[in-house]
Amino acid sequence: MTAKKKVAAITANVACAYAMKQIDPDVVPAYPITPQTTIMEEFSNYVADGAVNTRLMRVESEHSAMSAAIGASAAGARVMTATSSQGLALMWEMLYIASALRLPIVMQNVNRALSAPINIHCDHSDSMGARDAGWIQLFSENAQEAYDNTIQAVKIAEDMRVRLPVMVLYDGFIVSHAIDRVELLDDEVVKDFIGDFKPVYSLLDVDNPVTVGPFDSLNGYYFEFKRMQEEVMRRAKSVIIKVGEEFMKVSGRSYGLFETYQIEDAEYVLVLLGSAAGTARVAVDNLRQQGIRIGLLKLRVFRPFPFEEIAKALNSAKIVAVLDRSISPGSQGGPVFQEVCSALYSFDCSPVIVNYIYGLGGREIELAHFFKVVSDLEDLSEKRSKESFVRYLNLRE
Amino acid sequence: MASLKELSKRKEGLVAGHRLCAGCGEGIAVRQVLLAAPRPLVCAVATGCLEVSTTVYPYTSWNCSLIHTAFENAAATISGVEAAFEALKARRKIGEDFHFIAFGGDGATYDIGLQALSGALERRHRFLYVCLDNGAYMNTGIQRSGATPLGAWTTTTPVGKKEPGKLEWRKNLTAIAAAHDGTYVAQTTISHWKDLTQKVEKALSYNGPSFINILAPCPRGWRTKESQTVRIARLAVETCYWPLFEVENGKWQINFQPREKKPIEEWLKLQGRFKHLFKEENRPVIEKIQNYIDTEWEKLLALSSL
Repeated sequence: MTAKKKVAAITANVACAYAMKQIDPDVVPAYPITPQTTIMEEFSNYVADGAVNTRLMRVESEHSAMSAAIGASAAGARVMTATSSQGLALMWEMLYIASALRLPIVMQNVNRALSAPINIHCDHSDSMGARDAGWIQLFSENAQEAYDNTIQAVKIAEDMRVRLPVMVLYDGFIVSHAIDRVELLDDEVVKDFIGDFKPVYSLLDVDNPVTVGPFDSLNGYYFEFKRMQEEVMRRAKSVIIKVGEEFMKVSGRSYGLFETYQIEDAEYVLVLLGSAAGTARVAVDNLRQQGIRIGLLKLRVFRPFPFEEIAKALNSAKIVAVLDRSISPGSQGGPVFQEVCSALYSFDCSPVIVNYIYGLGGREIELAHFFKVVSDLEDLSEKRSKESFVRYLNLRE
Repeated sequence: MASLKELSKRKEGLVAGHRLCAGCGEGIAVRQVLLAAPRPLVCAVATGCLEVSTTVYPYTSWNCSLIHTAFENAAATISGVEAAFEALKARRKIGEDFHFIAFGGDGATYDIGLQALSGALERRHRFLYVCLDNGAYMNTGIQRSGATPLGAWTTTTPVGKKEPGKLEWRKNLTAIAAAHDGTYVAQTTISHWKDLTQKVEKALSYNGPSFINILAPCPRGWRTKESQTVRIARLAVETCYWPLFEVENGKWQINFQPREKKPIEEWLKLQGRFKHLFKEENRPVIEKIQNYIDTEWEKLLALSSL
């Protein structure tokens, strides 16, 4: 018999702050930035009320937030923080150091455009800029996924086969500030699920002093360290799957590397990540009613990128349209497109693949835009064109 | 205060085998600080000479736990370590009481790390920040910093036809640190080991943040003889270029008053980085430096009489 579900009508930021309360981390260094702010405001209330035992450090910048997170994690503490956009950009230097030191820090990044012009609304430029920083990246479609991913992130990060920092990502305002239906787990369930954190090395081990972050030179081991980091990231995939299965048992909600919708017989497949998946699903339903064989693949895990699994899932499609909510000036298409291309090419898959850049700086994406994509795909199909392209949705040209 | 005999019997914090240059003031300073510091201890170090010379993987010269992450954030990093300690102590996961020290050079402290230092002092973490001031970016090859004295040659303030070395005064970092109310702040140097030891002991018994600025002569950058490091540090004090003082609970106190203030020329002439100032056309620069030191000393006397 299962207990009665606890359901709340809350925003993703409130849900994530609640997850943090349940996780009760040892140290949280944080700096305010829109649209992350309300996570930290909400969490500050828990601290002020004594609902958590966390040392909340209201630091003077995101650079110091990540530096303090690294110091605290190396000292054996369970550490969380959150940021957005320019904040993540300011942390850039420290992101690489956190992952290279193999510190299991968990951080929400509420996706927001990067300046200039300054813009507080959603796109994925911030997290995509951090894609090579050695962090696991879990994207969330809605408040429920943001909450669930936050809890799973702790277990993934701290797994002895991983010990890497994890970024939980969700869309600024669209998800962070929209009230949504969220099923919450009991405190005890969360506590049991994540377990205790046991550091491998700690600066606070009296009997075994340790030097963390030493100097390595030309004849040193830098290359070997980096190769090991890459190997661990690769292996994290199976841990992410396993943690998802365990989470299913306690929550009834299933999580894998990505989610597919109606792709089994699909001629056309849309690939994207984040909140636009909701609109895409409705578009798929509408188009299916018109007899168009279309499906959706929503990515959850962007790092490590599930190349083989993606290639397998897309292999029987005729045309794949990848939608990117960030731009990579000077490259052929956005970051998601590049990864999917690489997956299809590496595993010798046949679909034609095209790219749409959308939603920069919070620009709306509506059903009509998905219909436009699909009419493009039908044109391509009629012409039997094998040509790839990069187009823009809802852009004034 | 621990006597010299006691100090000589203590376990070294920074052990032999590190790769700092012969005559390096930083090595002497860190050794003295670590001898004076109680245990257990965790240190953080900013990127710089000290870090690259004492942690060459897979070796380390540090007898206590040490963390290095980046250049501008030793204060932020150690504040995270201290917060972790407080959190784990509150959860009874740790029994011993730890002490915390961050080391940074003048580049890491006067310049790029000033914000992180100010933030950590304002948040009142229980830690000591030690600035090892050798007056330039020595690790990257003697580039000017906010701590470089006026008139000094560096590789980015070369002596040319139009410019006789650095054109600006140095920043008064110790006073900036003292502007953080409730911080124990002191200035000292390696020639005065008693003063240094006393200040480190005081700082680490203080229930809050503390900051000590230590002048650490650099034979490579200052163009001085390796054997003269301690003598040059002493002369900096005796000429009042580097007064020994402390600020405790808002009260400024001078710890050493030279019976006779030596002219700054005596300090300048031992250093190749000031060689060009002794040319006839640059004489006014020496005068300017002397006037500046006199004014600053008067200001300090006034502050300490309040």
